[in-house]
Order: sequence, then C-alpha cells, then structure tokens
Amino acid sequence: MTILLILVSAIFVNNIVLSQFLGICPFLGVSKQVNTAVGMSLAVTFVMALATCVTWLLQYYVLMPLNMVYMQTVTFILVIAGLVQMVEIILKKISPALYQSLGIFLPLITTNCAVLGVALMVVQKQFTFGGETHMLNLGESVVFAIASAIGFGLAITLFAAIREQLEVSDVPKPFKGIPIALITAGIMALAFMGFSGMV
Amino acid sequence: MSRIDLIKKGLIKDNPTFVLVLGMCPTLGTTTSALNGMGMGLATLVVLTLSNMVISALAKYIPDKVRIPSYIVIISAFVTIIQLLMQAYLPSLYETLGLFIPLIVVNCIVLGRAEAFANKNTVLDSACDGLGIGLGFTLSLTIIGLVRELLGSGSLFGWSFTGGDGILVFVLAPGAFLVLGLLMALFNKLTQGRI
Repeated sequence: MTILLILVSAIFVNNIVLSQFLGICPFLGVSKQVNTAVGMSLAVTFVMALATCVTWLLQYYVLMPLNMVYMQTVTFILVIAGLVQMVEIILKKISPALYQSLGIFLPLITTNCAVLGVALMVVQKQFTFGGETHMLNLGESVVFAIASAIGFGLAITLFAAIREQLEVSDVPKPFKGIPIALITAGIMALAFMGFSGMV
Repeated sequence: MSRIDLIKKGLIKDNPTFVLVLGMCPTLGTTTSALNGMGMGLATLVVLTLSNMVISALAKYIPDKVRIPSYIVIISAFVTIIQLLMQAYLPSLYETLGLFIPLIVVNCIVLGRAEAFANKNTVLDSACDGLGIGLGFTLSLTIIGLVRELLGSGSLFGWSFTGGDGILVFVLAPGAFLVLGLLMALFNKLTQGRI
C-alpha cells in the first residue's frame, strides 16, 4: 500500500518536473522528439535509482556515523558523476544504437538536478505515506526514485509529443522557441494540479 | 574587453535567464516572491564569482581529462560554505529556498562559466565575469519574483496592499512557467534584432 501511495504521489501529484521544478534543463532541451525523450527518460530512471540507492547507503552508513553530514553535497555529486560515467561506458558496449541516439545527453545527466535533488530529498525530508510521517527506508527510497523518474519520463514524453506539433504551427515571432514551450509547460502543470489532494 | 564591459554584458547581452536560458530550475522554483528570487540570485552570485576565481587560478594545474569532476568539487565546496552560512545567519530564507541551495552545484550557469570562461582567462577577469553573470541572474530572478508576487499575493517585496488577495495560481507551479514564458517573449520583443 505504501509503495502504491509513493508511486501515485511521485508520478502524478508531486510530479518532479511540473510541480517541483527539478530537471527543467533536459525537459526543455531534449523534448523536441518523442524518441529522444523516451531514451533520455530511460537513462534517467536507471541513473536515478542507482544513485539514490548508493547515496542512501552512504548517508546512513558513512556520513552519519562519522558526523560528516555537512559533506553531503560534495559526496553525492561525486557519486552521481561517477555513476553517469559508468553507465555511459556500459551503454557504449551493450547498446551502441541507444548510445548514439543519446549522444551528448548522457553526460548531461550529471548536471540534471533531478538526480541530485531526489537523492537529497530522500535523506532530508520526512514523508507521509500511509499515515505515519517518517524518513524513507532504503526500499522506499529506491521506489520513490524510480517513481520520480517515471514522472519525469511521463512529463517529458507528453511534452515532446506536444512540441512536435508546435514545430509546424504558426507561433508569433517573440514567442518562438523557449517562450511558447514554457507556456505549454505551464498549461500542462495546470492540468497536473488536478491530481493534487489525491494522496 | 574591459572589465566594466565584462560585468555589463551579463546583465542584458548574455543574460543567463533570458538569453542563454540556463539554470531554469532555481529560476522557476524559487521565485515565489521578489525577496526569495533575490536571495537565490545572490547565493548563486557568490558561488559563481568565487568558483570562477579559484578555477581560473588552478586551471593550469588541473589535467584536462579530469577537469569537469575537479570543477564540480570546487563548486560544491563553495556551495557547502554558503549553505552552512545561510543556515546559521539567514535560517528563514534557507528554509524557504530549501533544496535549491545544495542544487546550486548542478546549476548549469556555474559549470558553464567555468568551462567557457574561467579556465582560459585571468583571475580578475573571471571574477568580473562571474559578478556580471551573477548580477544578471539575480536581476532576472528578482523581476520574475516581483511579477509573481505582485499577481499572486498582491504584494511588493513583502509589503502587501491588497490584504493578501491575489491570483493564487501565479504563486503555484503553473504560474512560474507562464510568467517566465511571457517575460521571455517580452524580452525577445524589446531586444529584437539588437542582440
């Protein structure tokens, strides 16, 4: 039940892009075609789940016993940078096609604030899922990370589909490019607000 | 380019928000009021200027292959310092900005300036560049915050004149996207052909 609540909450109600404003750069940058958007969200899902798992363990078994929580930001970003590099190498080996299509976006995951954001969120914030307010345990954290990534994927894929249409429509000149994309995102965020209060 | 020009170009010509479209997450996430936007902008300005200086001073000694991880470590050290200082001296602002303070580490503006400017220019020039871009960022965030606060909660820099009445949606998530989109279009219209 808790798992289900986490999923619904992170995918729809508190969508990481449309209500938490994390991962906006890839959201605007990689969302011109549905294909690349799907590829990007798969890569993000993988990195985010892995990164959250590793950083959670680091937080509770290294930083906290050693009283070094102030090193959190430095440690987490280094772990994420390392993981991204690793995923890049593995992907190059096992799926050159996907590697080709993701191209320069993979290293960009390092600076995707959604990854660091989720890793920090699960060790800093208390969540209320199913009655009690508590810090998430390892399993819940990973589920939360995967759900957040699915939310990211959902938002970016839907947005890419709309932007493919926008390409061919007649947009007033000052609005061309980013401004109209932001307004579209605003309307999408309005739609997603319909989910609030569900969990 | 003189140092004054370096500082000036960040304000309009190379404005990080409206021209370069970088650092969108804090731009949207922290601008619920003018003061919050300004606080976020200033925090980024300090990190950007200091990390630019240190990176340009160390650029000669950092091997090319590991430069990005090294830059990230330098940047995150300054972010941690700012984070601890804000927690101690500005606890309420720290509380409102929350997650976005540690996330300055992954703000593409900071890493972007390190890579595009600081690692091939002198310390003083890099400081001016950081200052300029930081001021441009602070200015845009303050303007966005001002508009959202004015429409959303009917106040200016916390001074309320409608008794708290406002169009709530502008303080909430959709308003951030809408206001930024409209301001960017306005900026494009005003600067058409001149940049």
